[in-house]
Amino acid sequence: MNTIGNVTGIIANLVIVETEGTTAQNEICFIKHGGTRLMAEVIKVVGNKSFIQVFESTRGLKTGSEVEFMGHMLEVTLGPGILSKNFDGLQNDLNKMEGVFLKRGEYTEPLDMDKKFEYKPLAKEGDKVQAGSWLGEVRENWIPHKIMVPFKFAGEYTVKSLKKEGKYTPDETIAVLTDGDGKEHKVTMIQKWPVKVPIKAYKHKPRPFKIMETGIRVMDTLNPMAEGGTGFIPGPFGSGKTVLQHNLSKNAEADLVVIAACGERANEVVEIFTEFPELEDPRSGRKLMERTTIIANTSNMPVAAREASVYTAMTIAEYYRAMGLKVLLLADSTSRWAQALREMSNRMEELPGPDGFPMDLSAIIANFYARAGFVYLSNGESGSITFIGTVSPAGGNLKEPVTESTKKVARCFYALSQQRADSKRYPAIDPIESYSKYLEYPEISEYLNENISENWTDSVLKAKDILLRGKEAYEQINILGDDGVPMDYHIRYWKSELIDFVILQQDAFDKVDASSSLERQDYMLHKTLKITDFDFSFDSFEDVGPYFKRLINALKQMNYSEFDSDKFKKNEKELETMLKEQEKEEAKEEA
Amino acid sequence: MEKDTKAFQRVYTKLFQLTKATVSLSAKGIGYDELAIVDGRLAQVVKIMGDIVTLQIFGGTEGIATNAEVIFAGKPPSLKVGEDLAGRFFNAYGEPMEGGDIMGDEREIGGPSVNPVRRMQPSEFIPTGIAGIDLNNALVTGQKIPFFADPDQPYNQVMAMVALRAKADKIILAGMGLTRDDYLYFKNVFDNAGALDRIVGFINTTEDPPVERLLVPDMALSAAEYFAVEKNEKVLVLLTDMTLYADALSIVSNRMDQIPSKDSMPGSLYSDLARLYEKAVQFPDGGSITIIAVTTLSGGDITHAVPDNTGYITEGQLFLRKDSDIGKVIVDPFRSLSRLKQLVIGKKTREDHPQVMNAAVRLYADAANAKTKQENGFDLTDYDERSLKFARDYSEKLLAIDVNIDTDQMLETAYGLFSKYFKPAEVGIRQEFVDKFWEKEK
Ligand SMILES: Nc1ncnc2c1ncn2[C@@H]1O[C@H](COP(=O)(O)OP(=O)(O)OP(=O)(O)O)[C@@H](O)[C@H]1O
Ligand SMILES: [Mg+2]
Repeated sequence: MNTIGNVTGIIANLVIVETEGTTAQNEICFIKHGGTRLMAEVIKVVGNKSFIQVFESTRGLKTGSEVEFMGHMLEVTLGPGILSKNFDGLQNDLNKMEGVFLKRGEYTEPLDMDKKFEYKPLAKEGDKVQAGSWLGEVRENWIPHKIMVPFKFAGEYTVKSLKKEGKYTPDETIAVLTDGDGKEHKVTMIQKWPVKVPIKAYKHKPRPFKIMETGIRVMDTLNPMAEGGTGFIPGPFGSGKTVLQHNLSKNAEADLVVIAACGERANEVVEIFTEFPELEDPRSGRKLMERTTIIANTSNMPVAAREASVYTAMTIAEYYRAMGLKVLLLADSTSRWAQALREMSNRMEELPGPDGFPMDLSAIIANFYARAGFVYLSNGESGSITFIGTVSPAGGNLKEPVTESTKKVARCFYALSQQRADSKRYPAIDPIESYSKYLEYPEISEYLNENISENWTDSVLKAKDILLRGKEAYEQINILGDDGVPMDYHIRYWKSELIDFVILQQDAFDKVDASSSLERQDYMLHKTLKITDFDFSFDSFEDVGPYFKRLINALKQMNYSEFDSDKFKKNEKELETMLKEQEKEEAKEEA
Repeated sequence: MEKDTKAFQRVYTKLFQLTKATVSLSAKGIGYDELAIVDGRLAQVVKIMGDIVTLQIFGGTEGIATNAEVIFAGKPPSLKVGEDLAGRFFNAYGEPMEGGDIMGDEREIGGPSVNPVRRMQPSEFIPTGIAGIDLNNALVTGQKIPFFADPDQPYNQVMAMVALRAKADKIILAGMGLTRDDYLYFKNVFDNAGALDRIVGFINTTEDPPVERLLVPDMALSAAEYFAVEKNEKVLVLLTDMTLYADALSIVSNRMDQIPSKDSMPGSLYSDLARLYEKAVQFPDGGSITIIAVTTLSGGDITHAVPDNTGYITEGQLFLRKDSDIGKVIVDPFRSLSRLKQLVIGKKTREDHPQVMNAAVRLYADAANAKTKQENGFDLTDYDERSLKFARDYSEKLLAIDVNIDTDQMLETAYGLFSKYFKPAEVGIRQEFVDKFWEKEK
């Protein structure tokens, strides 16, 4: 019997409900309002008063309205058919909703229950299984989607019977399991899981030890993201967080991409809806949409559902990770989620922490990032969730609670700089401030040297050093003037500009330049470092810039050409000719 | 005291709490967000606690007595919509300023949002003739973008000019804290351009109570939705000035004892503004709502909570700045940005548009560096000298707001300036474009 209560107070989407029955923290409830039911979640209980946050507008709501408590937390439905869907933050299938405008109280089925899936068993009768064990497999688009023992099943079970290979709908029983007491449990292709609880159906979680190729040079080459790693992208508005995340979702080497559009613009989600069904995954040749799932809770959608959306996305990612897949999870923007927490906390008149955010913000963020990671499953296979969130700091100032809390937990820091964005040096990742802690992991550095080229990490550190020394030289030139510094300063500065223009800057909207393979990154980094190794000599500092600009131009044309194509080689040749000029100069001088 | 008048209206006459913006009374069966009339002034339910209802009075509570008459309307704020709106000006409550009635259907304002999967990707270029906008920051139907401007800049003039050139089916002006002079200015320009029948205005002037402004954008956007959804029209909404709208938000939240966030703005500022701006949309049936807003800055500070939150919501921003070198107001190419431009530039406009745009801005940045050097008393290189000359011409011929040419002419002008001061390698655009356009334009 579900607990029933009545509304006694309303302040925007915070509603107070009095009830004699039991209610639980994070329990889901529905308010009866006219002919509709408004979904809400319990966020605080004091005596017989439950404080609930409503996932909808409360316009017109009256005191006395009946509230039914459902006895479970906010859950998502997991099963074949999630892939390629567009959900809202509560996992309603947006495509199933009628009309142009969203209707309050309209909830739609996340999966298609009448769709038949080609199924084949993976386990055998008599097998000992546990939560997360693979019982069978269906084809979902191109993904071998595993049907697993539900994560809620505790302890060990024995497979009693399994359906034969064939076509079944998601809600048909495909296996019967017996528990230790001999009780039988039916398993279908679907299961439910509360989003705020991490799915731990894996054996162990090692430190990330390989990198996730993204095609973005400033990430892969300078600050690599690990598979199963975490990172964040803080940056003032307009500095390129969303473009960078979209670029990651297009080019990163992942089996699956889950995108949580959390409190950001609807048009940005539309861009994905429009482009992804057309664009190809550079690695598999399939359409990008075939590997993408979108959780869209845009800024005009109800604020409380915004908070839920990141958890919904994470839970879906965990589900696919348990199938042994490599999942990339992107959230834009985690600051909007934090703001949703702040709005609610203020309405409840809680004692505010810094900038009015809830006191436990750091802990909430840390728990969330901790759900990512590379895992070994109980059958020896592996899966991963690589998580990259954006942060939108107020006033672009990184000394604010969301950035600071995130910095404590995320291992990669991709700081976008206003100055770089203003001068259109995209992606505007600040090469000096940003870091990847993974570069310091011996296992990662070993992986890089083995998989890209010998001494790769040394080359990377060298490039970073040139960038830093270039920046120092530039500052000196600015203080002392062009002719107030030795020639060497100009050369140093321009060497760093060379790396900036050729390695760091990358045109996200150019077909060829948008993504760069590791092989190509290796080639270009070493090509560039060969130039910066060179001992240049110039008659006057005025000659340095123009000469380097010619080199940069040739190298950029290479970036714009298909790797190893005729055009690429032609530009490379031009570059070599320019370098020869300098060699001659040098020979002359020595003579 | 409680007595029934019309079917849903109940009248109360006992207030037990009065603040500057709110009154509280004991009442039953009241809906959240519902409207009421308190002593003849419009009010809205903002809090219900048991039997205690708190009302926010838009016109302020001055002179309201504890025995004031309170009549609940039984419905949230609404607007009558129909063709009849066209060519007319209304106050914040949606009442015609010249008196009379509106023929049409009654709609709740501040209604639900468009399902994102039912939106179309904006793809229609809005040429304005202003190169600082079309060349560097092209606008697209369904976009939302504010002017960031100091109060002394001619933002209302530029906005009126853009609105008239934009070829919209309807222009909806939402004036919040508009001076009477600016209100009359808008009326005049639209009238002189023979566009008055395409205009709908919702106006709160500096003479009206500030809290009334809170209704203005919702009124304007409801009217916009009517024309865009039911008539499939291209609607342009002008919101001026959103900083004054935000000020009204902060007045209310402070009076309701909410914990203020940065710059004494409410913690919900981002959501409050996003709710409005996200009404900008391209509908599948051809109708669209494009929002051009004004956010005035104080002392050019864009880190203030209002411009900062706005920047995180809108699809770019247009900065106006006075260029003292040429003595004209320009659209600043550094801080201005149209996020949707890549949907049209090089697609609806010539293929080399993106590269030309970026190259010119990069050279302009080089000039800015040269200028700093010059100001610090250092010698300039030949390149510095050339970039400074380029910057001046670029500012005069392309960035100034009095430019009115088509996009091809803008590109030609840019090549003209490139070849006058630079070699192709210094400009750094794709070789194929250099081959195709550089020599030709020379
Ligand atoms: N890699 C890039 N190449 C070219 N242009 C870019 C790139 N990154 C960003 N831009 C430009 O900057 C604009 C803003 O980028 P983006 O929308 O990603 O910013 P953001 O940091 O997400 O801002 P907000 O916080 O407001 O959402 C883009 O519309 C585009 O014009
Ligand atoms: Mg963004």
